[in-house]
Amino acid sequence: MRQFPWLTVLTLVPLLSGLAMMRWGVGRERVVRGLAWGTWALALGLVLGLAAAVDLRSGTLQAVERHVWVPSLGMEYYVGMDGLGWVMVLLTVVVSGMALGAAKGIKDRPHLFHGLVLCLMAGLFGTFTALNFVHWFLFWELSLIPAFFLVRLWGGPHRGTAAVQFFLFTLGGSVVMLLGFLALFLASGQMNFPELAQWAREGRLWPKVMELLGRGEGSGTGVMWWVFAGVLAGLAVKVPMMPLHTWLPQTYAEASAPVSMLLTGVMSKMGLYGLVRIFLPIFQEPMMVVGPWLMGLAVWTVLASACAALVQRDLKRMLAYSSVNHLGYCLLAVFAVGAAQTEPGGEVHRAAALNGAVLQMFNHGLTAATLFWFVGLLEARNGGRRSLEDFGGVRVVAPVFCGLMGIAVFASLGLPGLNGFVGEFLIFRGVLPLVPWAAVLAVPGLLVTAVFLLRLMERVFYGPLRPEWLSWPDLSGRERMSLGIPVGLMLVLGVWPQGLLQWINPFVIRWVEGLRF
Amino acid sequence: MEGWVQWLWVIPVLPLLAAGVSAVLPRGCRRTAAGLAIGSMAFALVLSLAAFGATLGAEGSVRQVHNVRWLEFAAGDAGVLWLGWVLDPLSASMLVMVSGVGLLIFVYSVGYMGHDGNFTRFFCFLSLFAAAMLGLVMANSLVGLFICWELVGLTSYLLIGFWYQKPAAAAAAKKAFLTTRVGDVAFLLGLVWWYGSTGTQLFYDGGRGCLEAEALQRLMLETALWGWTANGAIGLLLFVGAAGKSGQLPLHVWLPDAMEGPTPVSALIHAATMVAAGVFLMARVYPLWGGQGAAGPVPEVVAWVGALTAVFAAAVAVAQDDIKRILAYSTISQLGYMMLGLATGGVAVGMFHLLTHACFKALLFLGAGSVIHGCDGEQNLWRLGGLRRRMPWTFGTYAVGMLALAGFPVFFSGFWSKEAILHAAHEWKGSAGPFWLGLAGVFLTAVYMMRQVLLAFGGNRFRGEAGVEPRESPPVMTVPLVVLAVGSVVVGFVGTPAWPWIQGYLEGRPVLLDWDRLVATEFWGWATVSVSLVGLGLGLGAWLYGRSRDWAEEMDPMRALPGGIYPALRHKFWVDELYDRTVVTWLQRLSAWCDRMDRWVWGGLMQVVGLFSVALGQLSRRVDEGVVDGGFDGSCEGLRWQGRRLSLWQNGRVQRYLAAAAVGFVALVWWLVWGGGGR
Repeated sequence: MRQFPWLTVLTLVPLLSGLAMMRWGVGRERVVRGLAWGTWALALGLVLGLAAAVDLRSGTLQAVERHVWVPSLGMEYYVGMDGLGWVMVLLTVVVSGMALGAAKGIKDRPHLFHGLVLCLMAGLFGTFTALNFVHWFLFWELSLIPAFFLVRLWGGPHRGTAAVQFFLFTLGGSVVMLLGFLALFLASGQMNFPELAQWAREGRLWPKVMELLGRGEGSGTGVMWWVFAGVLAGLAVKVPMMPLHTWLPQTYAEASAPVSMLLTGVMSKMGLYGLVRIFLPIFQEPMMVVGPWLMGLAVWTVLASACAALVQRDLKRMLAYSSVNHLGYCLLAVFAVGAAQTEPGGEVHRAAALNGAVLQMFNHGLTAATLFWFVGLLEARNGGRRSLEDFGGVRVVAPVFCGLMGIAVFASLGLPGLNGFVGEFLIFRGVLPLVPWAAVLAVPGLLVTAVFLLRLMERVFYGPLRPEWLSWPDLSGRERMSLGIPVGLMLVLGVWPQGLLQWINPFVIRWVEGLRF
Repeated sequence: MEGWVQWLWVIPVLPLLAAGVSAVLPRGCRRTAAGLAIGSMAFALVLSLAAFGATLGAEGSVRQVHNVRWLEFAAGDAGVLWLGWVLDPLSASMLVMVSGVGLLIFVYSVGYMGHDGNFTRFFCFLSLFAAAMLGLVMANSLVGLFICWELVGLTSYLLIGFWYQKPAAAAAAKKAFLTTRVGDVAFLLGLVWWYGSTGTQLFYDGGRGCLEAEALQRLMLETALWGWTANGAIGLLLFVGAAGKSGQLPLHVWLPDAMEGPTPVSALIHAATMVAAGVFLMARVYPLWGGQGAAGPVPEVVAWVGALTAVFAAAVAVAQDDIKRILAYSTISQLGYMMLGLATGGVAVGMFHLLTHACFKALLFLGAGSVIHGCDGEQNLWRLGGLRRRMPWTFGTYAVGMLALAGFPVFFSGFWSKEAILHAAHEWKGSAGPFWLGLAGVFLTAVYMMRQVLLAFGGNRFRGEAGVEPRESPPVMTVPLVVLAVGSVVVGFVGTPAWPWIQGYLEGRPVLLDWDRLVATEFWGWATVSVSLVGLGLGLGAWLYGRSRDWAEEMDPMRALPGGIYPALRHKFWVDELYDRTVVTWLQRLSAWCDRMDRWVWGGLMQVVGLFSVALGQLSRRVDEGVVDGGFDGSCEGLRWQGRRLSLWQNGRVQRYLAAAAVGFVALVWWLVWGGGGR
């Protein structure tokens, strides 16, 4: 009996719905919104149904669909899902739901907006399920196009520049990554990630690459480093890792709130997902050699972005840097897993770091998206101004707003009992024994994060109320309902992280076993 | 009795539920919120007493634990993170103290906060604090302890900033959270290191716990930097965390500012319980960093930091004006004594002072709150005065607290616990310095307490604003004062040399009553010295401030101190200013530098690279236009349809980039397949 093609359906549903919406949705706002929510609900149902239908906790690939496409070029349609993919797909659904909720305020061409959001969703689903480089890359690029338009068409005054910068950066990254994979394909004849990982594990991949592409004696290592740097750059731009992050603050700041939510909530996870899924198993050999450099970049990302956030006046720019900072911890963990020297008992540390990284990816997506939502609401209530100095004392008139946003802020700074803590704790639990110096250097980041987030709370909500905000509206009942869901989720995941870790941990155990040491 | 420990979790969950319910109550439900908080706390006290009783009857090993799985992060048993709770003398005595003092302060708050518009929220935060604090003291896992540790920090932040409309309160709340977080970061490192090295973070786990012999042995053998063993290094990191929470030098700066919060908060969180959490942590992990009377590097550090803090804060307290700030510095100083006691005499000595101090310092703070309440918010000593007749109950109980704090002999609890610390410091095998510093602190403590009491209560005239008539507080506030005053006397008698019951209880050995020890010269030898210092201090204070005068700030006899002593004390040795000029400024500069680097250097570099590639793209577009563009445009037809409507494509930039990139792909693929690799 043929298995139900879960993953293909999951990707096609939002894609077709989004395209249809863009084509026929002009002027039918209510229908468009209804259809968007319907598609979203269907996707949620599929994701949850998938978890019930297949055994994701076995740690192996499930719901696999594999069809030959162009054998001579190693192209296959090959999708599958394990704990990592499922958590990412779930995050995509959660964050797009929040973005749809925040898109209430979009009055300009709603059909296009919703259609693009659904296409972006499809691109993300495709990216998180693909196991062959070719269509993984297609989806990777496909998600870029709607994201570009979403930034370009709805946003602040400088959205044009921001969108182009965003596009150029990520496209540039993609190009170098594509080249890297072409080199790998030429050497191994493989485009499937599992097979490439197998080659790397058996130690066949890199000698082959050097042999084929090197020009004479000893120059092969040069090729290896070019391939390594290319793929790393392609993935790191999306995360982003410093110094490839300069597109980010402007893009996040200029994009409208729902788009910033999608960018920081899920699109930034594409890079990290690629690092875990592709980079870690395939590039482990070069990673071991340049381990300290990679760790240094991660530490730099953590610290410099936290410090840069400290001096931002624009709330969105501040959150943008904070986002870089939080994902820096994930980079730290992934690099530590790949680059640390082998020691007896190291598997526990590696597993802790990797679990922490994946958990942090989900938690950051949830928390950062919620925060951007809140800032969007602040901005909307404040006539488009969102500098630190533009508020003051609004807790008096908006206690519920302050309370809910306060929970999200504390989740972001890693308060135990809320979701952010567990991921960060597991990351440090793993990284400290693996690469002590990096953990020690990165830990002040936690402190600086607290500094700017508490300053945000102080400037916006505390102090005497400014007379012009006397009639500042608190959250409406509807907003309370819709923001209450992610905030509630933060509490639940803070108290019951096992709810996610039960899916992540089996994947991580298998992944760590599969790495070559 | 076995069943007890399994149900221990109910104790913190009760106030947690109260907090949860009152969080969603509307503002008007004042009675419900207060009733829930007080009821849950009373119930928690009853359960704590029962748990305490359960630890009394047992012989020998009285430690019971109950552990639960929290999450799994790796394969097998090593990858399970357990949480748990422990019932032993240490946790039981803390449970009773926290719930008892907490209950009294909750009751007091009904009176003190009676006129506040955010009454409901106040009780919500207080209950949340109580829940976290109770969870902290009974935690059997480092992670669990850390979670509660951070949560008490959160509630401290929320309650210091309770009157958030005052900028000073908002700033103080932020400062408290951040300063303690400096310590927390070190704590987290120590915790993770400990966990990573021993593979467990449960304190007691039937021989496998991280505080049990096997794990400690393993840490002893692991070497950290500069010849320290791992347990020393971890102990030091945890001590940094404890110093942050307990206001030890150099992280003490937040505690005086924390007095911006409502006075019951200062009493509960910043005097009796939360600030003592640092001392409790060091007591809990005592097997890690010191054996009985051991003189390793960590006990040296703890003893010196504690003793220096004790003297430093006591000296600063001598020259302050604000009745609550004096008490705050006094708390810092007393916490220093506790650290000194822990380092030199072990768990029992430090914990005994923690318990007596909780009683009399809560009493003093609540008394100060009663003064503030009765004088319509006046906190400046120079503008109080003459309250002895006007507020007799407050004065009487305050005097008891003051004598207990000063260590007045025999009748007051502070005397016994302080003597225990001084004796331990004297007999300690390590440095002699901490002991002498401790003695100096005793003198200063007596001086500042006498000064405070005489200025606030002495004389006949009230010096505050005209029209304010000081009045005694209502019974809902004075009754807790009386109870605490009784406690401040009685609690001391369980730890006298004649019957050192509390020491025996905490160390798990039986003790017998022996009156001879009370009159033995080995006790009274040094006790006489410290008692005469107390007498000297009280006498000096009485001589300086006892004269009935119309005091004003300029008349402070402390100004007559030689040289720059008075300004230094007055300005708290300029520590805040020092931090502003150094750490805060440096961080600002570093951040500004990071931002500039970001905007100009990295941003500029990327712009240059970007422009270069665009130029390259333009070039290749001109070359290959006819070949590639057609195909590419075809594939983009769907989007172009939209694009035309939006007139976005008019500038054509994106199209060009895409085309350029596509050209680039093709060229490079060509080269790779046929040029580079095809040889």
